[in-house]
Amino acid sequence: MLKLENISLKIDGNPLFSKLNLEVNAGQVKTVMGPSGCGKSSLLAHLCGTLPSVFQTSGKIILHEKTLDDLPPHERKLGILFQDDLLFPHLSVGENLAFALPAKIRRHERHDKIEQALEEIELSGMHERDPASLSGGQRARVALMRTLLAQPVALLLDEPFSKLDQELRGRFRKLVFAHAVKNRLPTLLVTHDHADAQAAGGDIIAL
Amino acid sequence: MRLLPAFPFLTQLLFLLPIAAGLFGVLLPALGYLPDLGGDKFHFEVFRQLLEHPALPHAVWLTLFSGIAATFISLSLAIFLATMLSRTSLSGNKNNRMASLFVIVRRGLIPLIAVPHAAMALGLAFLVAPSGWLVRWFSFLLMGWETPPEWVTVQDPFGLSLILGLVLKETPYLLLMILAALPQIRAQEYIRIGQSLGYGNLRSWLKLVLPQVYPLIRLPVFAVLAFSLSVVDVALILGPSTPPTLSVLILRWIDNPDLSFRFLASAGAVLLLLLTLGALLFWRVSEWLLLQKWRNWLSNGKRGNRNEAQKLAALSGLLLLGTAFLSVLGLAFWSLSLRWPYPYVLPQRWTSRNWERHWTSIQETSFTTLELGVIAVLIALILVVGCLENEQWRRVSFSFRSQWLLYLPLLIPQATFLLGIQILAVRLEMDGTFLLLVWSHLLFVLPYIFLTLADPWRNLDTRFPQIGQCLGASPLRVLFRIKLPLLLKPLLVAAAVGFAVSVSQYLPTLFAGGGRFATLTTEAVSYAAGADRRVIGVYGFLQALFPWIALLLALAIPRWRFRNRATLL
Repeated sequence: MLKLENISLKIDGNPLFSKLNLEVNAGQVKTVMGPSGCGKSSLLAHLCGTLPSVFQTSGKIILHEKTLDDLPPHERKLGILFQDDLLFPHLSVGENLAFALPAKIRRHERHDKIEQALEEIELSGMHERDPASLSGGQRARVALMRTLLAQPVALLLDEPFSKLDQELRGRFRKLVFAHAVKNRLPTLLVTHDHADAQAAGGDIIAL
Repeated sequence: MRLLPAFPFLTQLLFLLPIAAGLFGVLLPALGYLPDLGGDKFHFEVFRQLLEHPALPHAVWLTLFSGIAATFISLSLAIFLATMLSRTSLSGNKNNRMASLFVIVRRGLIPLIAVPHAAMALGLAFLVAPSGWLVRWFSFLLMGWETPPEWVTVQDPFGLSLILGLVLKETPYLLLMILAALPQIRAQEYIRIGQSLGYGNLRSWLKLVLPQVYPLIRLPVFAVLAFSLSVVDVALILGPSTPPTLSVLILRWIDNPDLSFRFLASAGAVLLLLLTLGALLFWRVSEWLLLQKWRNWLSNGKRGNRNEAQKLAALSGLLLLGTAFLSVLGLAFWSLSLRWPYPYVLPQRWTSRNWERHWTSIQETSFTTLELGVIAVLIALILVVGCLENEQWRRVSFSFRSQWLLYLPLLIPQATFLLGIQILAVRLEMDGTFLLLVWSHLLFVLPYIFLTLADPWRNLDTRFPQIGQCLGASPLRVLFRIKLPLLLKPLLVAAAVGFAVSVSQYLPTLFAGGGRFATLTTEAVSYAAGADRRVIGVYGFLQALFPWIALLLALAIPRWRFRNRATLL
């Protein structure tokens, strides 16, 4: 379970929002909605621990009974998807996936896991491909799979559907939520799009 | 990661310590205090001696004249070229032939910057000498001059060839600095606004862009001024010798077997520092006065729509490039010639003998040059990357003060603080050590690496390292697996620039190396005094070749490495 307790965000002393309380259970999706500039992306950055120091924060982030606030970003085990796929342009498709896979998984198993993952997103045989040569929909799927391969315990979605066209958008949305449920991940979506919020199905919190 | 705050601190220490020590080390003997040579009392006697020295007035005049003139011409030319070069990137340029000329000029700039000052000066010396290449071409084409004309060009008493040599190197440098600063002030949008109000391209540039861009390039301009006032290698090759510029005069006093001349040299070095500070102040005051006088001109409404300026700019740009490349080509030809008497345009007989005869020495000096450059560049890269990482992780930005600090070694005359360092090093028995030599190169390599790398580093999409962290990668892994590979090209270009700077260092190698380390530059300059152009050709050409190879590698490696990565090509 992902739990936010009294989270407040200020930038240079001006409050963006204050005392946000929120609980997301395993396999559940909750949506935070608000216009751009309301601090919803900053909220996710704060959860990840990558918020610039011009922001002042207070409150508590609790994931499965553990407080995250003092952990460095790479130890928080929060998977995040952004508007842009942000596939590393210097790595191949397969290498992008392998980057996320924990190091304790060794050689053969590693290789198998990645092939399996590629198959799951219908990209078998694309291991060596340049991410730039994929279509938008394919890249979005690789980004999702990369996030999942890092074995996160919660999923954060920072408007990951907004740059896809209508048809892709519906399909990708379904895929993401299906994986969230399958892996029993507490999932927090931030968006300004009502259709996205509706599709998520869960509670909607306005900022 | 906890070590990160140490990087800026270490870097500043590395900078301030030798500069402070150097100034201190030169001030004491200038005031008569140098116990090793029997000076144990402070007095102004040395300065009195210096001021009464017969060569001094002329040397001071020559130094100020050549330094300020070279900076003024370089800056004017760079601004003039920038008005035209920045335009070709604007879409909808109809004048295609002109545009392609400007593209050539712009591309040619980069290799030009990599050529060490000394190599350029040696090449230029042959090009413009009375029996040099230009005269030979003229006499070949026009059937004149059976014997070389009796002009004095190289080492002329007014320092004109010295000025030309400096302009050849500093114009491209300032031009690149201007071009790099333009996006910061969104110059193209201002030019469009100017043009829509009916101002010509040149006027739009001068009235709208220049006032904004100048503050951004003031530090580089100051660096050029300080460098031109205190340059030694170019002045030795192209400057007048009786009397020479002040920096060369100081070098002569140091080389004097009578060690008591060191007092005089130190006083000279202090005077050089004062002259440089004075010239910088003079420049700054002149800027202000010009602004007062021309303020009205900015808004007087005169629009000026003539286009002759464009042709003139293209011509001067090509002339500059042509002179520079012919200079280096001349060195290559000489190094391969067996006999090349006046008035032949090409060598009568070609040979590889010049290279073979000096092969052992070439290998040794090449290796020292390479070793020194690579080590200095590696240390500088580690420090710069550490500082930039610190800035990003701790989100503190490198302040304006630190920027000045980085430029400090470029603003203080080399001859001044390097002489001080040498005097102190002799006392501490550190002189002529490789460590000190690397350190002295680092002082000049590091600022250029920082200036080249800082913008690409800061402009990297921060979401890449962020997402790397969220995927569970530690900051160190993010650095090595994501940031460094993504920034491979700017990293290598910065390394190549740093290497070129190291290769071109003359005075640091001479002073900090205590004469024990011969690099391509020290060899080239020391042969310059002799008359054998073939040997000069060998070392001068090699000196130009090394930075070119580094630059070529810096451009080729990322292309090969990322041949299958469309976004990074």
